[in-house]
Amino acid sequence: MQDRLSQTFSALSDPTRRAILARLSSGETSVSDLAKPFRMTAPAITKHLKVLEKAGLISRTRHAQWRPAKLEALPLKEASDWIEQYRKMWEERFDRLDDYLRHLQSKPSGTE
Amino acid sequence: MSATTHSTARHKLHVTMPTDTEVRMERMFDAPRQLVWDAFTKAEMLEKWWGLRSTTTKVEKLEVRVGGKYRFLQTDPTGTVHAFRGEFTAVSPIDALGYTFEYEPMAGHIVQDDVTFEDHGRQTKIVAVMTFTSKMDRDGMVNSGMEYGAAESYDMLDELLAELGASVI
Repeated sequence: MQDRLSQTFSALSDPTRRAILARLSSGETSVSDLAKPFRMTAPAITKHLKVLEKAGLISRTRHAQWRPAKLEALPLKEASDWIEQYRKMWEERFDRLDDYLRHLQSKPSGTE
Repeated sequence: MSATTHSTARHKLHVTMPTDTEVRMERMFDAPRQLVWDAFTKAEMLEKWWGLRSTTTKVEKLEVRVGGKYRFLQTDPTGTVHAFRGEFTAVSPIDALGYTFEYEPMAGHIVQDDVTFEDHGRQTKIVAVMTFTSKMDRDGMVNSGMEYGAAESYDMLDELLAELGASVI
């Protein structure tokens, strides 16, 4: 489970791969179509797709000849949940700091 | 904790992951930089806000200088005490503060926090970058008594894919 999370983040750490995922979020796409906006060769894109596939972030149809890639949302959701937990912790900490700073400045002897 | 409630809306917290071992948090505060710096570096002030709403924090040690150490004791609602400790790696008043962060039961799993305080006049922007020594550590932190119910939101995913202005799922 943790391993998968690491693999997800590692796969997401590359901007081209994030761009591919973003592209796939609007539907299945073939390798040649994916390669178009990136000024990259199909083999270079295929390499990225392999990383994404290994991380479980995409799946590729075996039967269709052009093997379109499809986004798999679950690992992304796990990753976003993980960051969400972290975000909540800091959000609470910062909210308390915010309250405290307001409190300090609302005193008559405040620093304004 | 009964600070006067103001009608002013809170500033939003922005979270991104610049790399797969870093988490970056950004937030604006309606207070001058010196005050925000003091809140981070003075024990009696830190105790007022550090940690969660449900916990109380006691600052046992706080040596704000490069190489200086700190140790916080956080008591949760069940009365259990959680100890956090670390060492200051950068102290540059009132611009930047760097320190290591370690949860004692998980000694050796160290996170590096680098906090910068940006001057915006009557406001201060805090940028906190946490660097995990390994991806496993980053994952472990979350399973060390910092659990919250899993969020059902795809907000963070939006952040991850934001560079592209992609609409997500």
